[in-house]
Amino acid sequence: MTIQSFEKVLAEHPFFKGLRPEHLDTLVGCAANVRFTAGDFLFREGQRIDHFWVIREGKVTVEVFVPNKGEVTIETVEGGEVLGWSWLFPPYKAHFDARALTHVRALSLDGACLRGKCEKDTVLGYEFMRRFNQLIVERLEATRMQLLDLYGDDDAR
Amino acid sequence: MQPGDSVVIERVVLDALLAALRERGYETVGPTVREGAIVYDEIRATSDLPAGWTDEQEGGHYRLRRDDREALFGYAVGPHSWRRYLEPPSLVRWRGRRVDGGFEDDLTPGPPPRYAFVGVRPCELAALLVKDRILLGDPGADPDYRSRRESAFLVAVNCGSPAGTCFCVSMGTGPRFGPGFDLGLTELVDDARHDFVLQVGTARGAAVVEGLPHRPAEPADLTAAEAVLREAEGRMGRSLETEGLKERLERSYENPHWDEVAKRCLSCGNCTMVCPTCFCSTVEDSTDLPGTRAERRRIWDSCFSIEFSYVHGGSVRTSAGARYRQWITHKLATWHDQFGVSGCVGCGRCITWCPVGIDITAEARAIGGPAEAAGSRP
Amino acid sequence: MTTPDSGTAPVAAPPDPMWPEPFEVRQVARETGDTFTLTLVPKVGSQPHPFAPGQFNMLYVFGVGEVPISISGDPDRPELLVHTIRAVGATTRALQKLKRGDQVGVRGPFGTRWPVDQAHGQDIVLVAGGIGLAPIRPVVYHVLRHRALYGRVVLLYGARTPHDILYARELRDWRGRFDAEVEVTVDRATIEWQGGVGVVTKLIQRSPFDPSSAVAMICGPEVMIRFASLALEKRGMTTASIHVSMERNMKCAVGLCGHCQLGPHFVCKDGPVFRYERIEPLFGLREV
Repeated sequence: MTIQSFEKVLAEHPFFKGLRPEHLDTLVGCAANVRFTAGDFLFREGQRIDHFWVIREGKVTVEVFVPNKGEVTIETVEGGEVLGWSWLFPPYKAHFDARALTHVRALSLDGACLRGKCEKDTVLGYEFMRRFNQLIVERLEATRMQLLDLYGDDDAR
Repeated sequence: MQPGDSVVIERVVLDALLAALRERGYETVGPTVREGAIVYDEIRATSDLPAGWTDEQEGGHYRLRRDDREALFGYAVGPHSWRRYLEPPSLVRWRGRRVDGGFEDDLTPGPPPRYAFVGVRPCELAALLVKDRILLGDPGADPDYRSRRESAFLVAVNCGSPAGTCFCVSMGTGPRFGPGFDLGLTELVDDARHDFVLQVGTARGAAVVEGLPHRPAEPADLTAAEAVLREAEGRMGRSLETEGLKERLERSYENPHWDEVAKRCLSCGNCTMVCPTCFCSTVEDSTDLPGTRAERRRIWDSCFSIEFSYVHGGSVRTSAGARYRQWITHKLATWHDQFGVSGCVGCGRCITWCPVGIDITAEARAIGGPAEAAGSRP
Repeated sequence: MTTPDSGTAPVAAPPDPMWPEPFEVRQVARETGDTFTLTLVPKVGSQPHPFAPGQFNMLYVFGVGEVPISISGDPDRPELLVHTIRAVGATTRALQKLKRGDQVGVRGPFGTRWPVDQAHGQDIVLVAGGIGLAPIRPVVYHVLRHRALYGRVVLLYGARTPHDILYARELRDWRGRFDAEVEVTVDRATIEWQGGVGVVTKLIQRSPFDPSSAVAMICGPEVMIRFASLALEKRGMTTASIHVSMERNMKCAVGLCGHCQLGPHFVCKDGPVFRYERIEPLFGLREV
């Protein structure tokens, strides 16, 4: 894939929608093309991961291994979404396992590279953090809904 | 004689009226004294009526007293309402029996009881018309009520003895009756006379009166009757400001005052059992011991019980405050949306028969008072 | 009253709505651990009870009791009354124990319908949670049968775990169609589950419908309804084009017993399906 098409991929991805062309241009410098086949781990819990992934197609599970219970899937992330926020803060370590559930095509964006660019261009930095905040808020809201265990009806079981 | 006519009958003629109604196949039901209260029961003659009794009512307080005027209707209302005759507290609505592999109906509805209600107060007449809106609104929804109601003969009595908990003037339902009666009485009793001005409401009412000794009502009789009602209007023990009340209650779902009421309310449901317009009921299915016959009963229910709002997994209204809010908001606000009238006729029973004297008029003021209560919702 | 003094002849009354009519059990099928689907047919000599999507019946087990259950069958096949039921109380557990040939009393159908007729030409967005898929299924049948009348058709379904998914086989069939988008997600799963994990509202965010020309129908727990309609509003829909199905205690089903009140509404006859804008003000209030 060429640099040119990286830019196109980012521009068309919902997460980057509406970002200024010069900012997209900047981000392309931190991007790399990646593929995973079903069963591949994108990252493992505790692993240093100074990346995040822009999922283009396929489905990734975010899971945690619970002794005596096995792997429990917390959520799935699919084409059109992004995965990973450990790159935002030190020590840049993953809290969960992420595994490709299907064939996955993605761009990986380098954390150190991004942090450097965001420090230098605070307008980009603000825009970038705003988008990550929205993502985190959405995931938090979803998690709160899951916590409510809406469809469970414990006294009926 | 025709609807709209007024005549005068002497007190003794009232016995003839009761007899005439019984001859026509009506069971005559009216007020009588039992267990220290005026209740409704079968009355065969005026001697069954609470002659010379009056009542003293306040929040959580009811006492009978002798009254030397010997009036037959010299009191307000007791704990009963006509609801118990038109919607009996427990009524078989269906019966079935087990047959091979299934069940079949086993109930042939008989003819409805034919009641003549004697002594229907104006507030109660208003309550009956409210009930008609609810239970006759959808034809066929409640065939039992329909047949009882259509068979009932109503002898209304204007109210000359409002009690301390009465506020029919505020609700526009009394002390003089509106339409809906077959015959309407106003009792005129003093040292010199004991008569009734009798207004004819329907043709079948006229037919009954034609067979009774009576004379045309003179202007003086009508003036005397009017004076009784004027005097009664001035003796309301309570009042309720209804202007804007619905909107105030609708804004007050989250008013902290509900918690204050909850501290006093016992959730006993007395208010709903004495209310003449309350209509909530439950459906109870049961079987006999061998399980071959089953019965479905409609039983009075109260929105003050926790089970009332039960949906699988739990009840919707678990707090006493929420249940009181439901009751008063229904009566005074959402009733208008549902049936186009208030659910309250100002009879005051819920105040009198509340064991702790919670007063609908005081709570309505406290909740939706003109000075917007803190915490109300915009 | 204007009835004559004697010989009262009551007007010919419609059938008493409190009388259960016997239907025969054709099939009891297990759906999930505590949920089953009951298929009823009219007893010989009885008439079918045609229904509209969204309506419910009162089901009576002889001598045990009666419960309100939404109809989950195909409105174009009214000769089969299909109900999906969770066994949570005495009556629903008694229903679960029924066998082919047993009898169940039926009253109904009652209540308002999903706006399938008013939605012609528009996108259909169905959002269901848990057993809330059951009252939505008649809409799916109807819309797929009359597919040309509608724009895009989207079904978004959330369940607790993969084991709690209702109508799994039908969901697979619907997913296989090219003219409907069917997304299923669960709140939690183990690694064997190949589908999505996450809440149903997340599916709304990226679902391919046109918010300016869509009719949404939501059925599930009240909290899920609130969150789902928020997500639909975020997508640009208005509360006038969102419809929800409500649950309250229903005893008589004809608006006379008072149990199912929700503010000024009787859920049994003003609902269970409401235009969301009508009841939204009551939604944020507690214990109403």
